[in-house]
Amino acid sequence: MKKLVSVLTWILLIVWALLVLFPFYWMLLTSFKSYGAYNAEFIPRFIMTDPTLDNYREAFQGVPLLKYLWNTLFFTLCTTALMMIISVLAAFAFARLRFPGSDLLFLLLLSLMMIPAELVVITTFVTLTDLGLRNSFPGLILPSVASVFYIYLLKENFEQIPDSLYYAAKVDGTSDLKYLLRVLCPMCRPTLMTITILKIIECWNAYIWPRLITDDPRYYLVSNGIQELRENGFGRENIPAMMAALVVVSLPLIILFLVFRDRIMEGVARGGLKG
Amino acid sequence: MMEQKNYRAILYLLPALLFLAVFLVYPLADVFIYSFEEGFNFASQVYHGIGLHNYRYVLRDPYFIQALRNTLCLVAITVPLSTGFALLISVALSSLPTLQGLFRTIFFLPYVTNTLAVGMVFLVIFGRTPYSDGLMNALLSVVGLGPVDFIDGPYAAKMFVLCFYTIWVVLPFKILILTTALASVDKQLYNAARIDGTSRARIFWRITLPMISPMLFYLIITGFIGAFKAYSDAVAIFGTSLNNAGMNTLVGYVYDMLYGDSGGYPSYASAAAILLFLIILTITVINLLISKRLSYHTGGSVR
Repeated sequence: MKKLVSVLTWILLIVWALLVLFPFYWMLLTSFKSYGAYNAEFIPRFIMTDPTLDNYREAFQGVPLLKYLWNTLFFTLCTTALMMIISVLAAFAFARLRFPGSDLLFLLLLSLMMIPAELVVITTFVTLTDLGLRNSFPGLILPSVASVFYIYLLKENFEQIPDSLYYAAKVDGTSDLKYLLRVLCPMCRPTLMTITILKIIECWNAYIWPRLITDDPRYYLVSNGIQELRENGFGRENIPAMMAALVVVSLPLIILFLVFRDRIMEGVARGGLKG
Repeated sequence: MMEQKNYRAILYLLPALLFLAVFLVYPLADVFIYSFEEGFNFASQVYHGIGLHNYRYVLRDPYFIQALRNTLCLVAITVPLSTGFALLISVALSSLPTLQGLFRTIFFLPYVTNTLAVGMVFLVIFGRTPYSDGLMNALLSVVGLGPVDFIDGPYAAKMFVLCFYTIWVVLPFKILILTTALASVDKQLYNAARIDGTSRARIFWRITLPMISPMLFYLIITGFIGAFKAYSDAVAIFGTSLNNAGMNTLVGYVYDMLYGDSGGYPSYASAAAILLFLIILTITVINLLISKRLSYHTGGSVR
């Protein structure tokens, strides 16, 4: 009986692991099949026979994939950097400086977390359209910056640093900003890194807002780029080239995940993000 | 001195408050106003009345009804299945003597990948190629089941693909939360039960499940909210013209009203978004009431 349960456990886990990995395998495999060979298949082939790099060439030449990647990188870096700056400053104000009514203000801030993005997106879209910010990087970046959740996470972390350090710094004549940058931030590096990585993942995968605010391919991010690829494609439906593009788009995040996997998983478990 | 300190604190807060006010608080107030303005014209920014017309229009729109039906179907299937399956996998994973780290890493992979990208791989797996019915049908034919058109075919087949993909996407998060919860259960409880000769099944029902019940309820509540907001997964598989594919979701309906070929109606979009919000709010309140009644109380915090 005990042995049976143990065998079933292994089977369950291995089957699910294969189901998780299979789409990635199929993506990779198809990206190396030639256009002709893929379309001529009567029975899908599970192994590589004549690997070709043509699809990768096609993915970069047939569509502006490099441009999409560059746009996404720029968007991700700007959004993450801005988010970190305003969140660190705000968390510092709530955790350390404090002022009359700061608890109440923080409570109000937390209640903002319950607002679903769908409600807010509509009027933000209209406002930014009126401001002429469609198809522009400010239009893409600015609405993606504010995050109550990260302010909350940082504030909690800042509060764990003993008060005595702050007073010692004050006695030495250190300014608040200097204390924040030289003492607090280095001490809270793990949390800062976790937040940065989570925000990078979020930005790299952003789809809904970029789709609303851009309809000019020059400003497409990768998500919109591959959707465009799928609908208008390479002039013809070219599945292997599409898969090659998907491999290129997915790889950076998978590498980031494999390098920082413990930090990412711990951060997500702690935060409980993504409903 | 005190005055000056307050002044400086506000200065540190200012950027965040500015962003939140402009992109969260103001739009939230605005969306309610939009939803009551009748006949709003996007180009000239004028409207000719205040009332419930937008809500009436949306509720009578066949596309809204279709989106509502699809979303309810998706919620009813994926929330119980994904939660149950996540629990099963997490318990199995926690009982493993070795390789836990490897499995945890693999299982978490879908969380960090682009929903659109993997959705297109699912499209390829379930779709046809010029000379074959595709990979899925090739596998089905091995067990003697006839070709099914998963992408353009019968409703049940399309719904199956969407549900399958949705579960694939949401499981990593649930498995992670549950394995973390399972790992934090006090080992002494298990030891005490084992000394008493309690059976494995009884340990699960009487110790494990009650101890992780707060996290389980948390997952059910967020699972409902997430499933009601499904959209990107459907786009990834069926393309952006979800209305034509008959696979639109409520969030998709909101965005279609706002933008795209059928767009330009922020008032209808606002009304639909508020209806969606009311549905989610109702379900969440019901969930909270049920979980309060059933949840095991430790007297402390959830964690």
